Amino acid sequence: MIRTKVVSRPKLSFWERIYFPEIFRGVALTSKHFLKNLTLHLFHSIGLFRKVAAMVTIQYPEELWKLPFRSRTRHRLTKRADGSPRCVACMMCETVCPARCIYIVAEEHPDPNIEKRPKSFDIDLGKCVYCGFCVEACPEDAIRMDTKILDIAAYSREEMMLDMNELLNPSHKSGLK
Amino acid sequence: MPTLKIDGQEITVEKGTTIIRAAEKLGISIPYYCYHPGLSIAGNCRMCLVEVEKMPKPQISCHIQCQDGMVVQTQTEGVKKLRQHILEFLLVNHPLDCPVCDQAGECWLQDYYMKHGLYDSKLNENKVKKSAKAVPLGPTIVLDSERCILCSRCVRFTDEITKTNEFGIFNRADHSEIGIYPGRELNNKYSGNVADICPVGALTDRDFRFKCRVWYLQKTESVCPGCARGCNITIETNQERPHHAAGERVMRLKPRYNDDVNDWWMCDAGRYGYKFIDHDRITDPIERSEGMVRSVEWKEVVESFLKSFKKLLKESKNEIVVFISPQMTNEEMYLAKKLFTKELGIERVFLASTNPEGDQDDFLICADKHPNRKGAEWIGFQEDKREIKHIFEEAAKGLIKGMIIFGQDLISFYPDQNVEEILHRLELSVFIGSNHNLTSEHVQLVIPAATYAEKDGTFTNFEGRVQRIRPALLPLAESKPESEILMLLARKLDLDWTYQSQEDVFDGLTRSVSQFRGLSYKKIGMQGVSFHH
Repeated sequence: MIRTKVVSRPKLSFWERIYFPEIFRGVALTSKHFLKNLTLHLFHSIGLFRKVAAMVTIQYPEELWKLPFRSRTRHRLTKRADGSPRCVACMMCETVCPARCIYIVAEEHPDPNIEKRPKSFDIDLGKCVYCGFCVEACPEDAIRMDTKILDIAAYSREEMMLDMNELLNPSHKSGLK
Repeated sequence: MPTLKIDGQEITVEKGTTIIRAAEKLGISIPYYCYHPGLSIAGNCRMCLVEVEKMPKPQISCHIQCQDGMVVQTQTEGVKKLRQHILEFLLVNHPLDCPVCDQAGECWLQDYYMKHGLYDSKLNENKVKKSAKAVPLGPTIVLDSERCILCSRCVRFTDEITKTNEFGIFNRADHSEIGIYPGRELNNKYSGNVADICPVGALTDRDFRFKCRVWYLQKTESVCPGCARGCNITIETNQERPHHAAGERVMRLKPRYNDDVNDWWMCDAGRYGYKFIDHDRITDPIERSEGMVRSVEWKEVVESFLKSFKKLLKESKNEIVVFISPQMTNEEMYLAKKLFTKELGIERVFLASTNPEGDQDDFLICADKHPNRKGAEWIGFQEDKREIKHIFEEAAKGLIKGMIIFGQDLISFYPDQNVEEILHRLELSVFIGSNHNLTSEHVQLVIPAATYAEKDGTFTNFEGRVQRIRPALLPLAESKPESEILMLLARKLDLDWTYQSQEDVFDGLTRSVSQFRGLSYKKIGMQGVSFHH
């Protein structure tokens, strides 16, 4: 059953309806913050009131926000000592992925003690929901979401696909591929 | 007939029945590895230990026969602890490579660990490494000795069922491992079965290796079309994740238990004979005229067919030949007979093989490589090669004008009859089949048909057992089951056919062919019904 909640439009009072008093109230609020931050930054520059925070603008993309340690960002595949992927193509991540954005094709590894390796490993970032289940499911610590790359944008859906090479050597910025 | 009590439930069984069988009848499941109902008793895994009153020690229930007045306990704390410890012993040298093991997901070690194990390992020693890791034993099977729990099922299979004796257990104590005798190769005609009976990942299928994980598979009960035996099978497909195995839909076939036909087994030819379902298929209707070959819509191909077919029907009915194939289901043959013989009055409807005769043995493999020749005989088609040759002789003289071919490669089958030239000279030549062959390259119209894995229906095996096949897949691309094609043609020829499903067709079949009388899909079920029902 769908429940609906009827929200009535707020009734404007007389002073609100004549418009100008509200305009001045708004300008006053903006000015208050502007003057407060200006004063604080001036004081900060001479070393006073350092504990009172003032608003900051980050100069993105030249300057980047510092991400929390455990935040989930774009995926990468970890490598063995010889540079080959740690992944053994067990398909745990592919199986657990709720968005079904991981596509692995397995093949025989020349070393019978490793046995299995991915022939291709693609992630469709257009579908990924960044839940991190793939990282949880991996028995080999082969996939991680710690590249700290967040700016993911492309001009087409095909470009949102990450292949194994890109996942092994995540390239920062500069589009996806 | 001894009467005994298992977990408080009383049961009377035949003399000689083992406790594990009696428990199974009561719905009590006792875990086991080495026991297999189709093989002799080895009693070496010790997983099926139960407590029997008045016996001093726990007994293996796969071997102990029921006695009158026996009282068996399968769920006591003692038995549960035993299972836990036995499992821990079996896993002592087992590697932790489930991620790369093809058996994972259908592994009895995994299943029983979750059901009966759940212990914390007490093992401090290093695991004893076995020599063989991913060693191909023959064309079909790969061995991983580390994963083996030495249940000896494979050894008993090659000793007792195939009698080829390739397998043996070598060395002693915790150095013992299974293997092939020196100089031998596992290449008997039933070798694929050892991967099925291996309860762990020691013997796995080379064909299925790394194709996809087993939990991606959808399973459909069907019947093998590889020979006249009609072994019961399960078609295992992967349709949801087509990036695996390059888009192939059928991943593997597995035998399905039927004690009247194939027990637990199937031959390798049948097991690996599924490739045609996804390879070299005819995807679209094709029209060939004056050297031009083009893919066309269904509408067009049916129109072109009807144009010349109607003309021939009116002018020279006797100059049309129809070749029915023993690969078709009972339903399709019935429809073909009804359409061509009864409704249209074409007399020259023949049964013609699609596959050459092959090898044969006294176990499962039959020389006739068609699933439904018996059904064809019942419905009224007999193959007469001399008659077919006679047709070609007539055709060479220009006395045949139309040929409707249901999948047979006539050019390769009758190499000395100049079939290729005959086909080019005909006014109407139609090929209705699933896969390309030489004949489909030389006809005017090619109509794409579905394979057995894509249709519903029944086959009759050589013993007269009617068995059901079910569609595991949707017909590939533009193909349609032959029954649908026949119904479509009937509709276009203004016949009043009201079949809604294959079951309706089968209903019609039971009413007109005496051997099928009294049968229904419900009665056939998934195990089939013999003629002498």
